[in-house]
Amino acid sequence: MLEDKDRIFTNLYGMHDRSLAGARARGHWDGTKDILDKGRDWIVNEMKASGLRGRGGAGFPTGLKWSFMPKESDGRPAYLVVNADESEPGTCKDREIMRHDPHTLVEGCLIASFAMGAHAAYIYIRGEYVREKESLQRAVDEAYDAGLIGRNACGSGWDFDLYVHHGAGAYICGEETALLESLEGKKGMPRMKPPFPAGAGLYGCPTTVNNVESIAVAPTILRRGASWFSSFGRPNNAGTKLFAISGHVNKPCVVEEAMSIPFVELIDKHCGGIRGGWDNLKAVIPGGSSVPNIRAEVMKDAIMDFDWLREQRSGLGTAAVIVMDQSTDMVKAIWRLAKFYKHESCGQCTPCREGTGWMMRVMERLVKGEAEVEEIDMLLDVTKQVEGHTICALGDAAAWPIQGLIRNFRDEIEDRIRAKRTGRVTALAAE
Amino acid sequence: MLRRLDKDQPAAFAFTPANRRWAEAQIQKYPEGRQASAVIPLLFRAQEQEGWVSKPCIEEVARMLGMPYIRVLEVATFYFMFQLSPVGSIAHIQICGTTPCMLRGSEELIELCQRRISAEPHHPGADGKFSWEEVECLGACANAPMAQIGKDYYEDLSAESLNRVLDELEAGRVPKPGSQTGRFASEPAGGITTLQAFTGGHEHNASVDLALTIGDTVKRIDGTEVPFRAPWLRTPQQDEVPPVPVEEVQAVTPPDGEPAEAPVRTDMEHVGRPPGVRHPLPGGETVAPAPEGEPLGVTPDGSQTAGPDATSAEIETAPLSPEQVPAVLVAPRDGVGDDLQRIQGIGPKLEAVLHDLGVWHFDQIASWNPGEVAWVNSRLGQFRGRIERDNWIEQARRLATEEGRGWQQAETPAP
Repeated sequence: MLEDKDRIFTNLYGMHDRSLAGARARGHWDGTKDILDKGRDWIVNEMKASGLRGRGGAGFPTGLKWSFMPKESDGRPAYLVVNADESEPGTCKDREIMRHDPHTLVEGCLIASFAMGAHAAYIYIRGEYVREKESLQRAVDEAYDAGLIGRNACGSGWDFDLYVHHGAGAYICGEETALLESLEGKKGMPRMKPPFPAGAGLYGCPTTVNNVESIAVAPTILRRGASWFSSFGRPNNAGTKLFAISGHVNKPCVVEEAMSIPFVELIDKHCGGIRGGWDNLKAVIPGGSSVPNIRAEVMKDAIMDFDWLREQRSGLGTAAVIVMDQSTDMVKAIWRLAKFYKHESCGQCTPCREGTGWMMRVMERLVKGEAEVEEIDMLLDVTKQVEGHTICALGDAAAWPIQGLIRNFRDEIEDRIRAKRTGRVTALAAE
Repeated sequence: MLRRLDKDQPAAFAFTPANRRWAEAQIQKYPEGRQASAVIPLLFRAQEQEGWVSKPCIEEVARMLGMPYIRVLEVATFYFMFQLSPVGSIAHIQICGTTPCMLRGSEELIELCQRRISAEPHHPGADGKFSWEEVECLGACANAPMAQIGKDYYEDLSAESLNRVLDELEAGRVPKPGSQTGRFASEPAGGITTLQAFTGGHEHNASVDLALTIGDTVKRIDGTEVPFRAPWLRTPQQDEVPPVPVEEVQAVTPPDGEPAEAPVRTDMEHVGRPPGVRHPLPGGETVAPAPEGEPLGVTPDGSQTAGPDATSAEIETAPLSPEQVPAVLVAPRDGVGDDLQRIQGIGPKLEAVLHDLGVWHFDQIASWNPGEVAWVNSRLGQFRGRIERDNWIEQARRLATEEGRGWQQAETPAP
């Protein structure tokens, strides 16, 4: 188990002093100038060596992403944009960083911006996080007052401005180009790529969009060294990670743990076990709503990292672990996600706009059992037509949970349809 | 999803002076020509002020940002946090219904709302006090089920505890937000498993702390709740960027009084922040105009335009100025101060505050410039913004004149 001395977010629950003085006492903002003095290349290389993979869901190597930014400006300014639009169902980790340990993020913004030649950064926080926005703004104000950011930030000679911006309740704005559109004052509709943001992003300028956690861990990684960070987790899955565990565990919580922690250890150590014991576990969505669920018998051996979960045709996503026990109506749980994606589709691409509504309506009938068994395959077929045929990944995200349901719980769906028709339930459905 | 504006629209919308000042500062976060970026924050502040977003509000925001109405309408209808019809007079209850909350009982919360408030979402109940809706994941899944009420999250809810929260709100009180089962934040219930060495600094988590300190959970926001802060508007140091001289700014104001594009500083452009002067807005107003005869070039970045004939009315919306210390007195002249409570809006409490600051006479208040207003404002605590809202300066000018002439000979004050 990870020890407290190796935790990056030492004030995750906000029980300790949340001010700048408190953050400094816990080691943040220590030697920031020295880190900047080592130069852009050193920072990017160190981030690459640390093995940090983006914490927003896709798991793209952060250092590599930073290295895409142009080395020499062609006259356009460069921007860092922090994606704090945490909206993936199950995910509630960035909230804790922003309200309780905000200086990790503020310091990370300075370092990351410097490393990509940006003099300005915007943090795009979801609109519902009103208090989180206020806490974060407070930390930004403190950093300005202390000369840590602003003109000649930390005495490094680098001018850096940090702005907190907020959205207004659109899941799609968590997609990086939709976020940029929204930040420009438009509807949050994703852009075609290429051009990628590193070439033409915010206001047409080179931009990197990173998740809150990816940015907030950077200062500690650079202070303690890439090898320290990469010593946690299996190769290619380095580091520590915030896990958010919700659903049918005895004690849901957000906790920082080492990557590649066994699922059983994570739940037993921090969440007080599964509600009703391990035999009562039915399925787990291991990485936020858009990754397919995994059945209990597989999850009992699970290793919580990118690669292991991908081998199970699921994913680590944002490490938002949604646990479901035997009392769960799986079809209904996934129908609710289908409803979510239908609600949040931006309407730009037809397969997604029409497909999410269509999938939700079929799911609605499957919940009641008012369908034909053949429709299950038809539904699967439609998910394949949506998947990969849209500008952004929302179409894929809407398709995967349903594919996971059909793959893992086809018997439950079929049983319900038969039960509806015959008025009887088989042993399995009555279980 | 199709969302339309309400069929019953108010006649007009205006930001309160303090909200307007806040809004103008937000616009300065974005580079010149990119004011549209501020559309969501402005619309949202308007909603915080009025409870919902109306057509006049959309038009006003469009005017402030120089955007076509249709673009702002697009934004208002696209983002689900904008309420397009009136909400409950006390509060709008937003129940998270997505799977993680559903697994832990959000359906019971929705049933309660249907029973207690109204069967349909977005329709205030018969008494008009509450309205409700089911929203998608609010990102507090480790504290499910939960609801957002006003600015705050009420977490670890049950039908009973939500009912209790509604009772309290109905009685005019604001129950403590955050976990309703006694958890501190998102730690495991009953005791933390990590970070034991770091406990004990605070009584409440950051969100609850802010809610209790500011006390604005379900308040209609007028901008005076918290001190105005905008560090990105900081004054450049003297040796780095000299302020734009008065003559220079005036020289580019054409005789017809239309504010022209004033000199733009280019040395900051690479910094990616708004370089210099704001453009006049489509409505013919300028942002941050300074009254005639007042020092110019005092705003951050040296940005300042001269309002051709700024009046005291414009001072109300003006002060993006850095603070300047006004003339203050240790004690009233001749041992007797003026009766400051004759200024509408000043009560015994504010009078005492002003005395503490060294303000005893009408003529002191009458002479304040925007910088001095900012200085006083920042020391008024919860009364910040009252100077502009109640137009103290105008009132004080009138009263000072009266005092000079003697009370008996005073004319009937203008209404």
